[in-house]
Amino acid sequence: MPEKKITLSVSVNGVAHTATIEPRMLLSDFLRHELGLTGTHVGCEHGVCGACTVLLDGRSARSCLTLAVQAEGVEIETVEGQGSVDQLGRIQEAFRQHHALQCGFCTPGFIMAITDMLRHHPLESDEQIREALSGNICRCTGYEHIVNAVRELARERGPLT
Amino acid sequence: MQVKFENAPWDGEAGRSRDDKAFRDISEHSGAHGRTMPESAFPIDGGGMKPAPFEYLAATSAAEAAEALAAANGDGKIIAGGQSLMPMINFRLVKPTILIDINRIAGLDRIEKHGERLRIGATVRHRMIATDALVHRHIPILHDAMHHVAHLTVRNRGTFCGSVCHADPAAEMPMMTLLLDGTIAALSIRGERQIAASEFFVGSLMTSLEPDEFVTWIDIDTLPPETGWGFEEFSRRHGDFALACVATTMRIVDGVACDVRFGMMGVGETPLRLPDIETLVEGQAISETLLQDVSEALKGLLQPNTDIHASADYRRHLAGVLARRALRDAWKRATFRKDGPDA
Repeated sequence: MPEKKITLSVSVNGVAHTATIEPRMLLSDFLRHELGLTGTHVGCEHGVCGACTVLLDGRSARSCLTLAVQAEGVEIETVEGQGSVDQLGRIQEAFRQHHALQCGFCTPGFIMAITDMLRHHPLESDEQIREALSGNICRCTGYEHIVNAVRELARERGPLT
Repeated sequence: MQVKFENAPWDGEAGRSRDDKAFRDISEHSGAHGRTMPESAFPIDGGGMKPAPFEYLAATSAAEAAEALAAANGDGKIIAGGQSLMPMINFRLVKPTILIDINRIAGLDRIEKHGERLRIGATVRHRMIATDALVHRHIPILHDAMHHVAHLTVRNRGTFCGSVCHADPAAEMPMMTLLLDGTIAALSIRGERQIAASEFFVGSLMTSLEPDEFVTWIDIDTLPPETGWGFEEFSRRHGDFALACVATTMRIVDGVACDVRFGMMGVGETPLRLPDIETLVEGQAISETLLQDVSEALKGLLQPNTDIHASADYRRHLAGVLARRALRDAWKRATFRKDGPDA
């Protein structure tokens, strides 16, 4: 079946991009293959692991469960917007300090989910932190150090206004 | 081979980890062996785990979506949150010729109170329900239930109506729609049809929607302020699908339970309302003897499946335990609230 290609305009980390793509292209593949932004990792490709988490208009979303064409006009944020090796973002720095990563495969998804959490969620107790983190899977750390990092970030942020 | 579930628009919440019943059911229908990721789930026609080609339409009106769905002749799918549909598409379990996106249709993203009913539009996200003041005030049991729906990131995208259309027998929103005497509005080029929740769920992942119909809103009951509720779910990990779940509401009038509602999920092919249990509890005060009678009665009423997570016997036992807890909670809350909504 011939597929009609669609021209897409999105903003990724504040940079505008236009591309002509097949409707079936997943947002995760669009970011990685079309834009070369390989910081967004692809794990399970069916919305279970959370590695591909990005922000769409400020809210976390699985990029493997989003079609790129659905992101028309949307502000996308990926881990590349958080910082660089020389200048880590605040969440990345907290991860480094607390040893909240080992192999690092799941880390971009965690960083983006935590960005959403810190903007929108109370995170007043470890229980709330753990519930908010429950959509992301990490096979190395056992989560303790990730919880420690988020606890510090939440304390630093203070109560939501 | 394409497996078609004509009645399920494959949409809504999910993306939850489990030995996915949906995948197993479909693999069974396609004649393959049911496992976590059946062989039939992997693309037959090449490549990795990527969707087969389809056309895409971002509809700007409900009428446009209805026309496109009718034109697709049964091979079109509606997408809203996509949290159940997209995994199916990625696995090529569903291969629509056209995906009709309803996210850009104005007015479908509202929660509105009409008299004693709450109307939830087709693109209202789980997150919106979890944080909505009307829901919190008028249907606190729904507010509570939202905490069990998948995870934060999935709740950001997944929709209430999509979850109901997906009709997973272990998902919260289908059960809540049944518990709250929901009405489902189905639109097609033939017009709007209103379907009672009791007529909507016909099997695992199957609804009474016609292939050219899609849901534009669902109405559910609000509850009188003195209503008490209990919601007890057991799953292996927080946010996963339930092994069993009980939701119940009641008021207390003259010292006994009245307007009792009792729903369950995870223990059958569809979400359940159990009128026998409702009758058993109606007009009674909750006591240990009554709770014992309820769990005995449940054993006879339920026919749960045995699967990798739990045996049918275990699920029956779990149902009794959760029912006792939920009924106790509902009684306690109703006792507390009967002196006034703000008591």
